[in-house]
Amino acid sequence: MRFFKWSAGEAAKINASKPTMRAQNAKVIALAGNPNVGKSTVFNALTGMNQHTGNWAGKTVANAQGMYTYRNEDFVVVDMPGTYSLLSNSVEEEIARDFICFANPDLTVVVVDATCLERNLNLVLQILEITGRVVVCVNLMDEAEKKHIQIDLDRLSGLLGVPVVGTSARAKQGIDDLSEQIYRSAFKAEETERFELKYSAIIEDAIAILYPSVSEITDKTDPRWVSIKLLDSDDTLSRSLDAHLGFDITADAAMQAKMQQARQLLLAAGLETESLRDTMVSQIVATAEEIYGECVTAQRASCHARDRMLDRIFTARLTGIPIMLLFMGIIFWLTVTGANYPSSLLADGLFWIEAKLYILFEWLGAPWWVTGLFVSGMYRTLAWVVSVMLPPMAIFFPLFTLLEDAGYLPRIAFNMDKFFKKACAHGKQALTMCMGFGCNACGVVGCRIIDSPRERLIAMLTNNFVPCNGRFPTLIAIITMFFSGTVSNMILKSTVSTLMLTAVVVLGVVMTLLISKLLSKTILKGLPSSFALELPPYRRPQVGKVIVRSVMDRTLYVLGRAVCAAAPAGLVIWLMSNVTVADVSLLYYCTNFLDPFARLLGLDGVILMAFILGFPANEIVMPIIIMSYLSMGSMAEFDDLSQLFGLLSENGWTWITAVCTMLFSLMHFPCATTCWTIKKETQSLKWTVLAFAIPTVTGIAVCFIVANLCRLATLFLK
Amino acid sequence: MDNNVSTLDCLPIGRQGRIMSLMSTGSQKRRMLDLGLVAGTTVEALHKSPSGDPVAYFIRGAVIALRSEDAQKIRIKYTLPQ
Repeated sequence: MRFFKWSAGEAAKINASKPTMRAQNAKVIALAGNPNVGKSTVFNALTGMNQHTGNWAGKTVANAQGMYTYRNEDFVVVDMPGTYSLLSNSVEEEIARDFICFANPDLTVVVVDATCLERNLNLVLQILEITGRVVVCVNLMDEAEKKHIQIDLDRLSGLLGVPVVGTSARAKQGIDDLSEQIYRSAFKAEETERFELKYSAIIEDAIAILYPSVSEITDKTDPRWVSIKLLDSDDTLSRSLDAHLGFDITADAAMQAKMQQARQLLLAAGLETESLRDTMVSQIVATAEEIYGECVTAQRASCHARDRMLDRIFTARLTGIPIMLLFMGIIFWLTVTGANYPSSLLADGLFWIEAKLYILFEWLGAPWWVTGLFVSGMYRTLAWVVSVMLPPMAIFFPLFTLLEDAGYLPRIAFNMDKFFKKACAHGKQALTMCMGFGCNACGVVGCRIIDSPRERLIAMLTNNFVPCNGRFPTLIAIITMFFSGTVSNMILKSTVSTLMLTAVVVLGVVMTLLISKLLSKTILKGLPSSFALELPPYRRPQVGKVIVRSVMDRTLYVLGRAVCAAAPAGLVIWLMSNVTVADVSLLYYCTNFLDPFARLLGLDGVILMAFILGFPANEIVMPIIIMSYLSMGSMAEFDDLSQLFGLLSENGWTWITAVCTMLFSLMHFPCATTCWTIKKETQSLKWTVLAFAIPTVTGIAVCFIVANLCRLATLFLK
Repeated sequence: MDNNVSTLDCLPIGRQGRIMSLMSTGSQKRRMLDLGLVAGTTVEALHKSPSGDPVAYFIRGAVIALRSEDAQKIRIKYTLPQ
């Protein structure tokens, strides 16, 4: 690709090669495994940390590290990205492979899925080629049992020549055994006689040619494995190997001669690079199959029946998409309806405190501007952010996490893939888009699961078109005030709100697809690359845990961020509205300046400025709008949405303003955090600027068209 | 000529096939190999997505969805249903 330089992988690799938390004498444990086998769950169970887990492949995109102490010894656990193999040269695989062979972890724990052991053994065998310091953790034993899959762990351990521990990490079963085994293996001096994968005679001969010379050069890396990789002419590995050894192993004349000799031998047998690799992979897979056959008994026909039945409902032609929309609708409905009451309760409480604060400040004899700055400015904005945002998030996040935990997200990607294919985008973009509903910055980081740089960039540049949780409250508030506020029936009211919100989200998805398509046809030309989407087994979500975790980790995190952005914004707004030049406030100058342009878009100067000031965090857009109108002195106090509606109407809001504000909220520049993340991920200012400009220009264009069409329509209808 | 030879995208839902060869190359091929799609592997077509593409297959104990373009590059031989 000549358009850009991709180097996030490089950055990640540097992170991976050095455990940052390394305490003195702590044992370093690498945690490897296929995607979605519960590595993060094992990681959490071992370290007591709370890394986010979810039932879909590719969730862990960065290396997480955690520490724990067992029998007075310190252990550092490094969670690798999930990989199916170490042979495909994707960024994740390079990270995992380089860590396992060059960072010299004291032990590598390979987590495998008991319900899908055969394919998982593939990776185990490949890692065993690199090192014998391995413990195999057969996770999801409880699920295997439910599916009547019986695994003979002792036999497996005997065959592989390394310890095997069975766990059910979600239920915290077997974790003690695992800790004990890690402890023993990490402190054991000599390696055990591990399983050695035998290739066909001709390949073994070729390995034998290289082996003696290689073993003279390499220190800690396994010479047999290095010989195999030299035969394989794996470029990425040679680079890592050179960096590790400090010299180019292939530059040596004697080594070159040996390699020439080995290659000749293979060529004579008809094995050039491509077919050699195929043969080797096939032999690894065949060996895995053999070992699987010896250790596992499964009643194959019945064991996946429940998953198949659920898939027939969730992904069928007739029911797939409607159920998807229904789930979305239910989540929105519960959020909209459920948030109302606690929202007004919170507002009452917080504004009651505000009144008391005024009294307190007065009693303290604080000058008027101190009271204004901290109470009318900072505290009031904070109170708004908390009362408007907290309830919807506390409902939305757990519900969304439940779907994620159950394994529904990959089904969304499966159902929607055709659309993404038509947009020449990657099928996994549906997953990163879903992450964007939570937080666009998270969605951008999640784009690492997409291998192809072109498609990854498309996914990053368009992630902002789905509303994140910071924007939902704005959308919900406007919908409730302007479109369902007039409906008196409560049930009907929330239904109207839900439908509107769903429509906005669907519009966001449509825009994502349109812009993806546009990018594919212009600056990021190309055809969709191949991909395989794993549909993991459905799991019963751990409801209690999900609620606690999503409130603690996600809700409070997002709220904290909003509060950090809201406090200074409140100060700025108050200052701007109270610092006057020639009897006119700064705020008035600014909004006045923006006003003519904003009017073209169906907004007004205040709204546009709120979006600009809301750059640190989208959550504060609505509060800024309210504060600005208030400070311009049309109304002193209010405590519920109907009064807010009055305030907005007084300031000239019509339904056209409401529609355009929602559209602009859906389509404008990403927040500061997201921009910063895009910069970090692409390592390019150019793409960051584009990520900023594309949604903004789209939003301006859409708002301009919609506003003026609506105005025309109302003119004619009069 | 063997009538039972086809490509994976033509495998009817509910039927099984045995992989004969992969016609893709490079990283695309390696990605397929990673999933255990080597010659001799039995694959079952499980269900289609609402628009008919991609299709979910049962491959070595896992359910994997492939787009038709990718499935087209996998030659299979039909095997009798169990």
